[in-house]
Amino acid sequence: MPELGKYAAEVMAAYGVSLALLAAIVLLSLRKGRRARAELAQTEQSLGKARKDG
Amino acid sequence: MIALLRRDLMLAFRAGGGFGLGLAFFLIVTILVPFSVGPQSDLLGTIAPGVLWLGALLACLLSLDRLLALDFEDGTLDLLATAPLPLEAALSVKALSHWLTTGLPLVLAAPVLGVMLNLAPSGFVWLVSSLAVGTPALSVIGTFGAALTVGIKRGGLLMSLLVLPLYVPTLIFGAEVARRGAQGLDPVTSLLLLGGITCATIALMPFASAAVLRMTLR
Amino acid sequence: MSLWEYANPVKFLGLSARVQPYLWAAAAICVSVGLTWGFFGTPEDFRQGSTVKIIYLHVPAALMAINAWFMMLVASLIWLIRRHHVSALAAKAAAPVGMTMTVIALVTGAIWGQPMWGTWWAWDPRLTSFLILFLFYLGYIALWEAVDDPDTAADLTSVLCLVGSVFAVLSRYAVRFWNQGLHQGTSVPVATGGRTVADVFFYPLLVSMIGFGLLFLALVLYRTGTEIRLRRTRALLARQGRDA
Repeated sequence: MPELGKYAAEVMAAYGVSLALLAAIVLLSLRKGRRARAELAQTEQSLGKARKDG
Repeated sequence: MIALLRRDLMLAFRAGGGFGLGLAFFLIVTILVPFSVGPQSDLLGTIAPGVLWLGALLACLLSLDRLLALDFEDGTLDLLATAPLPLEAALSVKALSHWLTTGLPLVLAAPVLGVMLNLAPSGFVWLVSSLAVGTPALSVIGTFGAALTVGIKRGGLLMSLLVLPLYVPTLIFGAEVARRGAQGLDPVTSLLLLGGITCATIALMPFASAAVLRMTLR
Repeated sequence: MSLWEYANPVKFLGLSARVQPYLWAAAAICVSVGLTWGFFGTPEDFRQGSTVKIIYLHVPAALMAINAWFMMLVASLIWLIRRHHVSALAAKAAAPVGMTMTVIALVTGAIWGQPMWGTWWAWDPRLTSFLILFLFYLGYIALWEAVDDPDTAADLTSVLCLVGSVFAVLSRYAVRFWNQGLHQGTSVPVATGGRTVADVFFYPLLVSMIGFGLLFLALVLYRTGTEIRLRRTRALLARQGRDA
């Protein structure tokens, strides 16, 4: 751990907030992406079945 | 074109609300300012140019909702889009009628409200001229915002969100002219820049508005 | 073989799937190396003390905030002119990432400004321009959400992006006219090829900037893929509804 002197709180806060924001956008993107993938797979499957039945 | 202008003006005068509303809003905002910042006359004099400009801008914004929404609902816009008159021209006329019913009354009312806010005597000419030069830009930019959100249900709030950032340059230069005028500095440079913005927006924005409106109506 | 082949969603997804693992890895490496190096491996500035370490977040985020808007502008133009859906969706996918970058730049700037300038916020031209940029991102995203028909939404947001760019540039100069600033000059002036930052601080900063750029690319590719899949699901359901 480097010696941050009297500005330790500011530096840590800046890193904390920024990394949290980056993590948030990455995780939100991944979650949305996974959901979209699952939805598409499900739709394609059910449609394929419907076509076969019909 | 003149028929369209006359129709819009008639509607604004007769249907009530449209005409006086912006002016009344401007009046109320200005009257409320002393209650919120205190009655010291030197403080009021300092902030008067900015407050008057902001009030005028918000009054313009408030009346944009009705600019296209009613015509969209009753199908007038579809007629205009297929009429021989180019949509760009029709929207310019719309912006002009908006300015005549909202911007012009604001310009005329501003000196009276300036007295109430203890504006410096040297500032009146510049306040009025900056509003006269700047408010047309507000109407034209506002028409773009109205065209952008016309197809959206309850688009009023969204329109404010979209239009306000576009108002920034006009507001900066307009308030700068009024402020410099009130402080006895030379406001001509700012006034010229403000005029430049107004001319450019009048020349270009109708094309953007018409393009957007065609996309919505398609 | 031309670049336009990747306007085909299937081709785009294929390429994007092949490239993405490398991109994510490179982005992760560059960001963590740049930030770790900056955080642990650089000395304190004799005037700013340890707050100089915030630069490794602030400058790359600010850089990407502007570049993201620029990318959206180019993508919007491509959509308006050539009507490639992937392009419109890429612009949509980039907006939240750009907005995050803007927020990071604003927040780190405020945290740095408090000890250095003695204030969290000053109405300085650069700060104000970034605030306006943030508002533009907000409006752009809100407009995408508000319009139901996807093609109309793409059209409207593209025009908003074009008009917004013009006004953003205009505001940038208007704001400079309005108030002379506190903010220092640019740290890495590309146009002149010079730099105003000492080497010890510059190299980790460079790595970090590359890392943020790669991270942005990876995120946009991934998010564009998401949008393409959502659009496809929607189209399939619509077709099913028509058949039934």
